[in-house]
Amino acid sequence: MQAQLTAKDIACRRGERLLFKGLSLDCAPGDALQITGANGVGKSSLLRILAGLLRPFAGEVSATGAIGLVDERLALDANQPLGKALAFWERLDGCGDPGRALEVLQLEPLLDVPVRYLSTGQKKRAALARLLNRNCPVWLLDEPLNGLDTQAQKSVEALVALHCSRGGIAVVASHQPFTIPGDRALAIEDYAA
Amino acid sequence: MSAALALLRRDLSLLMPGGSGGGVLPLLFFLAVAMLYPFAVGPDAQLLARTGGGVIWVAALLAAILPLEKLVTGDLEAGVFDQLALRDVSEELAVAVRLLAHWLAFAPLLLVATLPAAALLGLDEDTTRTVLLGLLAGTPGLAAVGVAVAALTATMRGGAALAGLMVIPLAVPILIFGAGALSRPDTSGILFTAAISLGLCALAPFAAGAAIRAAREN
Repeated sequence: MQAQLTAKDIACRRGERLLFKGLSLDCAPGDALQITGANGVGKSSLLRILAGLLRPFAGEVSATGAIGLVDERLALDANQPLGKALAFWERLDGCGDPGRALEVLQLEPLLDVPVRYLSTGQKKRAALARLLNRNCPVWLLDEPLNGLDTQAQKSVEALVALHCSRGGIAVVASHQPFTIPGDRALAIEDYAA
Repeated sequence: MSAALALLRRDLSLLMPGGSGGGVLPLLFFLAVAMLYPFAVGPDAQLLARTGGGVIWVAALLAAILPLEKLVTGDLEAGVFDQLALRDVSEELAVAVRLLAHWLAFAPLLLVATLPAAALLGLDEDTTRTVLLGLLAGTPGLAAVGVAVAALTATMRGGAALAGLMVIPLAVPILIFGAGALSRPDTSGILFTAAISLGLCALAPFAAGAAIRAAREN
């Protein structure tokens, strides 16, 4: 099954404000799309609309293939050790071998540490490991580099590039410069209402 | 099915006594209320035996309110329901499993704790049995009301206090028939309680699921 992510003429309203309108995008397998724009312009809302978690005010979104989202809500149980918190999602995703993702993101030494003691960057890496283990074709990443050190930033960029080279789709909203070879950019300001 | 099992395992590890959520506190609260009552009304054994069953019911209702705060709010804020939705696990299924885990975490121990509470109040054997059967029939309904109200108030400021206030009127039918069974010679009250409980358990996942989806929009 070919991955596909299409949005047609969508508009987003938060409260009384119309953030953007008439936004269309089309991602084919292997596409990487960077969403740019100032704070509050609607990047996170666009990602949540693409994920199907937020209803667009107008327009429609269609996706083929499972969607994985990493945003600021990490959905890891704060009081449980990281290994146990991740194990729940691995069971749910039917992931047989979580080891490789943990190795790539250097999480193995942290598996016994309760999630609430982890730093922002460590938690972010854990959420990315969960995304890797899920093996889904469409990645939506909201500020994936937040809190990551230089080395981890490089490996996340490499992971996204690898994902796209294997026919996956990545949509990234990031304030830090995020390099993916052959990516396109979409400036939300162009669609401001 | 495997998703439901994975969810149940996680929910139990979060909600069970000895888990990370302080699950034994409602139980101690329940016993404390049963213990305080004789101090308040005096040591008249006949009065205690006559009113004790009702006190146990009220104490159970109050104890059921205590864990509401951690039932939905935390997962909603942490984005757990979002990640579940991306995996095609509906909010209704997640809530139904949470309801089962919530009931398992508080009701069986509450029933056990009813025995020392009944002894403290000097209830006779028949009354104790009626209270136990009534609680067995009524606690699923209390859990269902609790989960639904917890989901409805999850995004509100002061949601915990409001949740307690909303559970009490919704629990009135259970209380009327459950505690009312004590003053009747037959089991019709307990059967009514069970019927109300089942109805509430069937409705709660849909109400709570809709509330969680609505919470995403704000």
